[in-house]
Amino acid sequence: MSAVCALVDLLAGRRDAASLSPREWDGVISVARAEALLGTLSVRLGDAALPAPVAALFADQRAAAEVAQHQALWEAEMARRALADDAEFVLLKGTAYAAAGLSCARGRQIGDLDILVPWHDIGRAENELLEGGWEWVKPDPYDDAYYRDHMHELPPLIHKARDRMIDVHHTILPRTHRKTPDPLALVADAVPTASGFAVLCPTDMACHCAAHMLADGDLQGGLRNLWDFHCLAGDFVAADAGFWGRLDARAAKHGLRVEVRRAARLARDLYGTVLPSGWDGHDPGDRWYRRRLLARDDWGGASDFLLQQAFYIRSHWLRMPPAMLARHLWAKWRRR
Amino acid sequence: MRHSTRIAVGPVQFRIGSDWAQPVAALNRLYVGYPRDPERPADATVRLFAARPWRRWLRPSVQIGGDFTVPDALPLPLSMGLLAAEMGMNLQVALGWRRHLLLHASAVAKDGRAVLLSGVSGSGKSTLAALLGESGWRLMGDEFTLIAPDSGDALAFPRAVSLKNEAIAEMAARVDPARFGPLLAGTPKGDIRHLVPRPDAIAAMHDPARPALILFPRFGGTAAVELMGEGEAFVRLTEASTNYVALGEAGFTALTRLVRETPVFGISYPDSATGLALVEQLFAEAIR
Repeated sequence: MSAVCALVDLLAGRRDAASLSPREWDGVISVARAEALLGTLSVRLGDAALPAPVAALFADQRAAAEVAQHQALWEAEMARRALADDAEFVLLKGTAYAAAGLSCARGRQIGDLDILVPWHDIGRAENELLEGGWEWVKPDPYDDAYYRDHMHELPPLIHKARDRMIDVHHTILPRTHRKTPDPLALVADAVPTASGFAVLCPTDMACHCAAHMLADGDLQGGLRNLWDFHCLAGDFVAADAGFWGRLDARAAKHGLRVEVRRAARLARDLYGTVLPSGWDGHDPGDRWYRRRLLARDDWGGASDFLLQQAFYIRSHWLRMPPAMLARHLWAKWRRR
Repeated sequence: MRHSTRIAVGPVQFRIGSDWAQPVAALNRLYVGYPRDPERPADATVRLFAARPWRRWLRPSVQIGGDFTVPDALPLPLSMGLLAAEMGMNLQVALGWRRHLLLHASAVAKDGRAVLLSGVSGSGKSTLAALLGESGWRLMGDEFTLIAPDSGDALAFPRAVSLKNEAIAEMAARVDPARFGPLLAGTPKGDIRHLVPRPDAIAAMHDPARPALILFPRFGGTAAVELMGEGEAFVRLTEASTNYVALGEAGFTALTRLVRETPVFGISYPDSATGLALVEQLFAEAIR
C-alpha cells in the first residue's frame, strides 16, 4: 500500500497504527508533512500504540501546533486592533476553525491570516492595515493591478515586525471566476465566536471549504482541505440534524452545489464521511479528483505529473475567461 | 527513490534518497561509524533529485528537497552531491525540528559541561570547535546545538564538520586522513572538506552536557575578551536560532534560562593557538 493511502486510512480510522512497519512510517510521516497533515495525524493518533520515536515526534508536533494556534489567534487579535471600528471582518479558514473551536483545528497547521471584509470597506481596511505596520509583499505593478482587478483579495500584506501574512478577501472566489458566490450574504449571516470574532455560519463555512478546494486552485494541499470538510460536516451534523438540507439550499444560493456535492462524495470516499441519502451518489468524474488528491510518492514528492498539469490548467480555466487568460499568460511569459 | 540511506545524528533519524548513486555512496563512506537502527522510522526525509528529467544525465545537477524545501534554491553539480546531502539534512533540522531550541552554534564538552560557540559564518567557530575536538574535548557539533527546554541541557548534533578553505589544511596537519571526506573545490562557499568527529564523540552523541560557557568568537585582531550582558546575549541567540519563534513560550523560557545561568563572552583571537588558550582559560574560570 502506498504511503499516501496509509495516511488517509489512518486519518479515517480504517487502519490500526500498530500494523505499520518502520518503512511505512517513513513514508506516512513524509507524506503527512508534504500535505501539512502531520499535526492533524499526531492528534488523531494521540491515544494509539506507536513506536517510541514516532510517539516522540508526534508529541513534538502536537505541542508545536498548539503554539502555532495561539500565534494565529494572536495575529487575528492584532488585525482586530488595527481595524478597530473602521471595518468589520470575518475570519476565514484555519484561524476561523481555531477561533470557533472546531474539531479540524486540532493539530491543524495555520498559514496566513485570512479575513473577509465587505467590498465597500476594503479601502478603509487597506489603509488601517498599512498604518498598523503591514506592508506589500509583491510591489510589482502588474501583480498589484492583477489582484485588484481580478482577484477576490487584496495583494498579500506582511507585517514588518511579526513577519506574518494577511490575506484580505472581499469574496471567496476570484471576481472573474465562472462561479460568483454572494459575498454580502456571507458577511450578513456570519456568526460570533465565544472570543468575540466573527466567522462564517456553518453552511457558508462548508461552502467556502468546498469552493476553496475544488474551484480555486489546482488541488494542491487538497487532502488537508478535504479533511477540514470531513470534520466540519461531522461537527455541524452533530449540532444540527438538518444540516445537509440547509447546506444544499445554501450551496445552490452561492452557485456552488456541484462543488459542495463533490467535496462531500470525496470526503466519504477518502475519510468515510457519512452522507444522507440523496448525497450518497457516484460521479464517474470523481476518480480524477481522487487520483489528484493522492498524487504523492512514498518520499513525499509530487507524482502523476500530467494529471497535476491538467488540474493546474483547469484552475486557470475556471478562474478567468479564455481571452483574459491568454492576456494574463502572455504578460507573465514576457516577464519571465 | 532509486538510491537511499539512513543516518542518525544526535536525536534526529534521517532518511536520504537520491536519483544518483554517488551522493549516497559518499554519505555512507563518511558516516560509516555512526549508529544504524533499521527499525527506527525517520524523523526527517531528504530528497536529492534532478530538477528536470534530463538533468539526471545531461550536466547532472542536484536539487535539494525533502520534507522542507527552500523555494528557488539553486541546484548543485553532481560532483557536490555530498554537500547537497549535508545542506538538505541541515535544512530539515532547521525548519522542522521542534523538540529542542535550535541554536546555530558549535559546541564542545568536557566532564559533562559544554562550551557553545556562536556567531556569523567566518567567525571561526567551526574551526575552533574542530581543533578543540582534537585536543581533549568531545565535539558536540559544528552546525547546531540543541537546548532541551525542560532541563536546560545542551544536546549534540555531531554531523561531520564542514571545514572551509584555510581550515582544511590546518586540520589535515593534525588528523588521520581516513577521517576526511573528499575535497569539494569551488563550492558556493569556497573549498569544503568534511571531517568526521572522533569515535568517542560519536559514541557519546546522546549524552547531554550542562552549558558552562557561551562564546561569540571573532577571528582576527588582537586577543581580547569582553563580557556580554544577558540582554545582548539573548537577542544575539534569538537571531542564531531557527525555531525560537515557532517554540513560543517554551523557547523564551529556555533561552532566558540559558543566558541567566551561563556566562557569555565575545572573544577575538589572532590565531588558533590563542583562541584555544582563551577557551581553556574561560572554561576553567566558568566551572570553578
